[in-house]
Amino acid sequence: MATKKFKCELCGYIHEGDKAPASCPKCAAPADAFTEIVEAGAEAPAKKKGLDTSSNTYTIIYASVMVILVAFLLAFVSSVLKPTQDANVENDTKGQILTSLNIDIKASGFNVADEFKNVQDMLWNGTELVPYEGKFLSSYGSAIKAGELHVFVAQAEGETKYVLPVTGRGLWGGLWGYIALNADKKTVYGTYFYHESETAGLGARIGERWFQEQFNGKPVFAGENTEAVALKVVKAGASKAENEIDGVTGATLTSDGVSAMVQDGLSVYLSFINN
Amino acid sequence: MSKLFSEENRAAFSKPLNLDNPVVIQVLGICSALAVTSQLKPAIVMGLSVTVITAFANVIISLLRKTIPNRIRIIVQLVVVAALVTIVSQLLKAYVYDVSVQLSVYVGLIITNCILMGRLEAFAMQNSPWPSLLDGIGNGLGYAWVLIVVGFVRELFGFGTLLGFQIIPESWYVENGGWYMNNGMMVMPAMSLIIVGCVIWAHRSLNKEEK
Repeated sequence: MATKKFKCELCGYIHEGDKAPASCPKCAAPADAFTEIVEAGAEAPAKKKGLDTSSNTYTIIYASVMVILVAFLLAFVSSVLKPTQDANVENDTKGQILTSLNIDIKASGFNVADEFKNVQDMLWNGTELVPYEGKFLSSYGSAIKAGELHVFVAQAEGETKYVLPVTGRGLWGGLWGYIALNADKKTVYGTYFYHESETAGLGARIGERWFQEQFNGKPVFAGENTEAVALKVVKAGASKAENEIDGVTGATLTSDGVSAMVQDGLSVYLSFINN
Repeated sequence: MSKLFSEENRAAFSKPLNLDNPVVIQVLGICSALAVTSQLKPAIVMGLSVTVITAFANVIISLLRKTIPNRIRIIVQLVVVAALVTIVSQLLKAYVYDVSVQLSVYVGLIITNCILMGRLEAFAMQNSPWPSLLDGIGNGLGYAWVLIVVGFVRELFGFGTLLGFQIIPESWYVENGGWYMNNGMMVMPAMSLIIVGCVIWAHRSLNKEEK
């Protein structure tokens, strides 16, 4: 509280304090002889310095400026980094396809892009394989839905292997994978699976090699029936038939998702497999 | 220099590690402690990412604290955190693709981590940037060590491994003629709450006198 000044009208004595004194110490005049001295410029109560940060206008302007700035910043970061990210994703997809062919892409000095030159990206048109001319795809879910059936043809261990992309759904999000078939197209050569957002340590373990390698050498069909895909994932430790794969402990729904993905995914390619 | 590490500033850093731990004492951030601790590696990475983001967000909010309109301060804090997390995840995707694939959802989970909002609201809004930075790092590390303890216990007993390396000898397992079996309970998310409970219990009885 700033002290106010009071002037005695009789003798001119100036008192400083919150209110006028009971009597003037100089001439003993009563309190009502005093009048307050109002200094020029101090008439209105002093405004707070700077901006009033709780006013509506300030709030709205602050919010708008902040949103626009952040939007520009994020758009800028995203557009600058996009080409690098796309290249990474493409390289990663190629790596996944190579992994399904049981190639160790983590080995030192391994160059995914170079190695992938030996893999042909082909399309199955219902009767034969034709070379795919378009841009390399990094996800195959929509292509398969549109009837565009990609088949990657590669050479391994002295024979032709066919890699088929499959997609499905896990517990929390999408799953995808690549299944490499031997030249007879009836047995699995290798697989690769990955996921968008399965639980770490549980569903996410379908992305680990020990799970994927269980598929190696398994027959796609049971017996002579080549119309229904028999390959499936069952509860961990419950696999009995030669078509059955052990699921991941504690991740039944993700394992079921992989099972459905393998069955549905290969079913789409039945005409190719039986050709 | 001595001013930078005054007693108050040191307390801002060291208290959240122990006596004011965000997980053990304030019981914040439990949701992610449950989701990412079934193995040690994601727990470590998550702990470090939260440390980095808390530190940065604290500094930014602390710099802005005098301009932020009171009524939308939570929204402003959220925008800062979300923007930071998005930028970090974009950078990871561009330059360390492997790590970003491994982190997948956790990077996004950081936005919803209550420790972040808690520190921004309780500390950064009232303090200058330097103590805020220390507070952010302290809280992040306080969160990280609890996650690491839980991840350690769960991976060791749930899978018999640590960071993916087999710790419990293969020959002990029942399948190989031994007597040991991995504890399937440890793999379940509920187990992390029980372990956090045990950590809180141990921590409280150790620090009884100091309260």
